[in-house]
Amino acid sequence: MSAKPALNRRGFLSRGLAVAGATLLGGCEELSEQPWVRRVLDKAEILTRVTQRALIPPAALAREYGEADISTEFKANGSTNPDDAAYVAQAAKGFADWKLKVDGLVEQPLELSLTDLRAMPSRTQITRHDCVEGWSCIGKWTGVPLRLLLDKARLKPSARYIVFYCADDLGETGTDNGKYYESIGLTDAFHPQTILAYAMNGAALPIPHGAPLRLRVERQLGYKMPKYVMRIEAVEEIATIRGGHGGFWEDLGYEWYGGI
Amino acid sequence: MEAAEAADVGSQAPPRRETIYRHTGAVRLTHWVNVVCLLVLLMSGLQIFNAHPALYLGSTSTFDDPVFAMRPMTHGGEMMGITTLFGWNFDTTGVFGLAIAPDGGYEIRGFPWAVTLPGFRDLALGRRWHFFFAWAFVINGLIYLIYSLASGHIARDLAPRARELKAIGSSIREHLRLKFPEGEEAKRYNVLQKLAYLFVALLLLPLMLATGLAMSPGMDAGFPFLLDIFGGRQSARTIHFIAASGIVLFVVVHLVMVLISGVWNNLRSMITGRYVIKLPEGQS
Repeated sequence: MSAKPALNRRGFLSRGLAVAGATLLGGCEELSEQPWVRRVLDKAEILTRVTQRALIPPAALAREYGEADISTEFKANGSTNPDDAAYVAQAAKGFADWKLKVDGLVEQPLELSLTDLRAMPSRTQITRHDCVEGWSCIGKWTGVPLRLLLDKARLKPSARYIVFYCADDLGETGTDNGKYYESIGLTDAFHPQTILAYAMNGAALPIPHGAPLRLRVERQLGYKMPKYVMRIEAVEEIATIRGGHGGFWEDLGYEWYGGI
Repeated sequence: MEAAEAADVGSQAPPRRETIYRHTGAVRLTHWVNVVCLLVLLMSGLQIFNAHPALYLGSTSTFDDPVFAMRPMTHGGEMMGITTLFGWNFDTTGVFGLAIAPDGGYEIRGFPWAVTLPGFRDLALGRRWHFFFAWAFVINGLIYLIYSLASGHIARDLAPRARELKAIGSSIREHLRLKFPEGEEAKRYNVLQKLAYLFVALLLLPLMLATGLAMSPGMDAGFPFLLDIFGGRQSARTIHFIAASGIVLFVVVHLVMVLISGVWNNLRSMITGRYVIKLPEGQS
């Protein structure tokens, strides 16, 4: 044994490398299933959120493009035609007696029709939509700045998140628990480009893109911009809602902060 | 250590050897942390790519005309995996576009399960791995850069001298004949090594970070020049993919060089720091 220390060292090295390789390649698969690994990996989101919040001025605008940049084919992802009975009935009537509810931690709960929303001051923006899958499309959106609705409803001081409840049952559970929902913080809720869009590319918002109303949060990924918004609730905590992570995709493992 | 090495060679006229301390602790540590980071980033990156296995130029995705894509296509009633590059189609059935699944059947996906993290299709989990190790990669890279600049590692060991650059032709010829420097010359990196390491450490890896950040809608709002320098978000995504391919190419060449220029000597030098040099007769 002592005659060949070099071989021992080599044996140790190759064993070490083999173990390291197997752990890395085979083990990552198993590691991915471990709750504690998920918890550790999830910590990166906090670092990303805090860093981006510190680096990006709260009022910094997402780039706005020109008419010529508008995508000829804007991909409609996720739900493209909700089958919820109440929604189908509203859609058949052109959303004529549809009403958006605003409630929760507000002094003045609201119920607003499309006509009411269209009568409010609007903002039109040509922005890039970045899907978490990797693709991007540019579209022109017109809608009510969310901040105007929140000012009208007057948030209570305890409100920290704005939650959006949607008509589409993307989870296909047939219950409200599978329905799409999302939440954003107040920084994004009061951002000038955060609008509830009722028009796209100069026409009424089409059903595949979220008629009658979809949220635009231009500094985050597409899944943070729910379509078919039916109700807006101001809350203090998101942990008690549905899966507890603040959104349909968040409950399935995606980051709540969708800025990257 | 030198005695042990000499014992390996046998009794007849052992060439003289000298053990030098080649890599400092900081270089060794950041090297291996980088190995783990880049491997996880590559594999989780391929998982993320698989969510939309197509690349474009400019700001947006022109879905009908990607510059690069891995897709299933039906040809003569049969499904095939087709990889498209600038309009040219290649049959990559079984590997890209239509890949062999763990159960032996075919599945529609860009890169096959064996090279993605996790192996099963899960974009959310791929992103979690990717961003966690992106942070580790950035912190590790900063430690390396600060150390290398402060200690003079870059100026002393990596920056090529004018004399070396002039002799680059002969260095290339020697490499092609797989002839490696010995003696005093082996104590430092040769000019091709220096250029390759500098290119990767100061250009390719920072480019990965910058193009990665240019894909972030948050960062694009705060730092719009990220979009301008790369020609739009989809171009940035394409450059991210090309730069990653460049790193893979570098790693392949790097590993081949490590293997053929004395694998145990090289490995040991990156683990313990010690590197053994054969001295020609008469040199000391």
